[in-house]
Amino acid sequence: MTTVPPPLPYRVAATWAETADTRSIELVPTGEALAPFAPGQFAMIYAFGVGEVPISASALRGRHGGLVHTVRAVGAVSTALYRLRPGDSVGLSGPYGTGWDLEAAAGHDVLVVAGGIGLAPLRPVVHTVLDRPADYGRLTVLVGARTPADIVFQDEIESWRGPAQVEVTVDRPGPGWQRAVGVVTTLLDRLALRPERTCALVCGPEVMMRHTARDLVTRGLVPHRVQVSLERNMHCATGHCGHCQLGPLLLCRDGPVVGYVRVVDLLLVREL
Amino acid sequence: MSADAEVNTPRPPASDELVMGKDGMGALVDVLVRRGFTVVGPTVRDGAIVLAELLSADELPYGWGVELEAGRYRLRERSDGAAFANAAGPQSWKSFLHPARIREWSADRVEGELVLTADQAPPPRYAFLGVRPCDLRAIAIQDQVLTGGAYRDATYQGRRSGALLIVVECTEPGATCFCVSMGTGPAAGPGYDLVMTEVVDEDGHRFWIRSGSPEGAEILAELPARPADPETRETARAAVTAAADRMGRTMPEADLRELMAGTLDAPRWDDVAGRCLTCGNCTMVCPTCFCTTTEDVTDLTGDHAERWRLWDSCFDLDFSQLHGGPVRASSRSRYRQWMTHKLGTWYDQFGSSGCVGCGRCIVWCPVGIDITEEAAALHEWTAAEPRGG
Ligand SMILES: Cc1cc2nc3c(=O)[nH]c(=O)nc-3n(C[C@H](O)[C@H](O)[C@H](O)COP(=O)(O)OP(=O)(O)OC[C@H]3O[C@@H](n4cnc5c(N)ncnc54)[C@H](O)[C@@H]3O)c2cc1C
Ligand code: SF4
Ligand code: SF4
Ligand code: FES
Repeated sequence: MTTVPPPLPYRVAATWAETADTRSIELVPTGEALAPFAPGQFAMIYAFGVGEVPISASALRGRHGGLVHTVRAVGAVSTALYRLRPGDSVGLSGPYGTGWDLEAAAGHDVLVVAGGIGLAPLRPVVHTVLDRPADYGRLTVLVGARTPADIVFQDEIESWRGPAQVEVTVDRPGPGWQRAVGVVTTLLDRLALRPERTCALVCGPEVMMRHTARDLVTRGLVPHRVQVSLERNMHCATGHCGHCQLGPLLLCRDGPVVGYVRVVDLLLVREL
Repeated sequence: MSADAEVNTPRPPASDELVMGKDGMGALVDVLVRRGFTVVGPTVRDGAIVLAELLSADELPYGWGVELEAGRYRLRERSDGAAFANAAGPQSWKSFLHPARIREWSADRVEGELVLTADQAPPPRYAFLGVRPCDLRAIAIQDQVLTGGAYRDATYQGRRSGALLIVVECTEPGATCFCVSMGTGPAAGPGYDLVMTEVVDEDGHRFWIRSGSPEGAEILAELPARPADPETRETARAAVTAAADRMGRTMPEADLRELMAGTLDAPRWDDVAGRCLTCGNCTMVCPTCFCTTTEDVTDLTGDHAERWRLWDSCFDLDFSQLHGGPVRASSRSRYRQWMTHKLGTWYDQFGSSGCVGCGRCIVWCPVGIDITEEAAALHEWTAAEPRGG
């Protein structure tokens, strides 16, 4: 091979709506398959002729045995992915990135905090913890969304109640909304956290992660037990294009999941 | 430690140390062409010394020097007829090893199936003639960035692994050079196949030439050269040593990595932002800048698409685009990204500095922004303002 290898062809096995602007797609290889993904890792998905973007795995094994991605349509490529229908083909490469450190979470209470589409890369964590209850302590899932209609995986979130404590909040409630209103950090007040034995995994907009991580530490969580998943523009996912820099980090290579301690100062520098 | 290093890098045997005249240079190009190399070296074109394919040694810039200053580049005729007495031109070898624009793969829709095909064109086999020591280091830095990690850039690796590097040590630094500060010159570091030092004096125009690899030694054996005489060797060495004292610029005596990490909120960034046009010239001419973007194109049928890779610049507003806007919207943050990456965070990412002191960014900045002057200003600021505990 004298140039960068192309992605592998994958076929869309199924797609379904999550919200008005977000759909999940299940992908199966048409030939050679990629190595298995770990929770928090992402793929580069190529929409024929349009482009390629990083998208996390939102479930490691869908109903057809494929990899599931959940895409919010925000621009050209994500809209092309959003429009995929069963039978369509995409190019897929990966798995890329560090993924959540679930080993560090073993034996601990697990606190998952997600903002918006940030729940997508955290969903495989919830699946893992629910599948292996003996390996973890209590599971708590906090979800924040703009409006009730923007909550992704809504039915599934409800099904987690029981084995997990689940709290959902929205910025702007609609008619009939019975649950919390406000940013996701306000949910922390209602929790009976055991901070000394909790490991927190946080993904959402950068401001949300900054506030959440800081609040968690204020509440007694060990900073080393807080992980965040960061987002930057990405083109190669292999450490070669330079786009995903956050100061010393190349987030495709050193992230997207990083220990909060490693980035706490970086997140305070404007426009870094 | 230093004894070990010496054992690990044995000096080439005496027969691998020769002296050749101008005719030797002609023979060298002929040998390289005969061996199937595409020879690339400096030549005069469009009022500058550019890197281009050479079919004969006559195309080398014999008798041309350059005058360099911040934002200024001029050719100057030299009376001594030297070929390599000129400092870096606007291009670097990255144009050949890491091309500005290249197709990576294509995608076709065939009966509803997506067929993805890698570009299989065999890489050209380059012989780079006249690599400067600073640029030799720049190539080593790009090696580390593009092939030193978990993923290898196959385009770069294909071109790099076949490339023959013929270094010419520096005897004529420019007013914008500071390789001494960066530890990259004017004498050649490791990694070359052949290294030469050009000498022009009353004893004639000649090159002291040594090999650094088996292939270099083979080529050397084919050249019309004579055993190295002590006078030529000493004159050559003295010229390189003297060059070290004639650098036009220096970096401040400071740990640059620490300096960059500790000055992210310095007011100097606003000052330089007021001058910087965010044109990205500095990134294009820099021999280590490696950033690229991708472009996906389709033909009119819509059934054939191609992936192209293009050089990109961290000065572009789009570079840090996330949906909702760029992370680095201000020119302050973009200049800061560039300079702190070059001198600081490059160490964290790839284990070395990202700057080799070639001075190109100073020369080709339309407004003459000078990385050494900016570093000095930041250094003064930290000195004036004791920070931390
Ligand atoms: C590690 C990682 C995981 C992600 N996981 C998901 C996910 O599971 N679901 C999901 O919906 N989105 C996810 N995103 C965000 C998604 O990649 C962007 O929304 C998408 O790139 C937007 O591209 P676009 O062409 O549709 O938008 P445009 O705004 O048209 O983007 C133009 C270009 O800018 C870049 N760009 C724009 N926005 C982003 C962005 N937010 N992140 C990175 N590059 C961007 C892209 O490279 C794109 O080529 C993830 C991003 C990263 C970095
Ligand atoms: S930053 Fe400037 S001086 Fe340093 S290597 Fe790049 S172009 Fe040369
Ligand atoms: S420093 Fe000079 S060359 Fe670089 S972007 Fe600014 S104006 Fe352009
Ligand atoms: S996405 Fe290209 S370097 Fe990280």
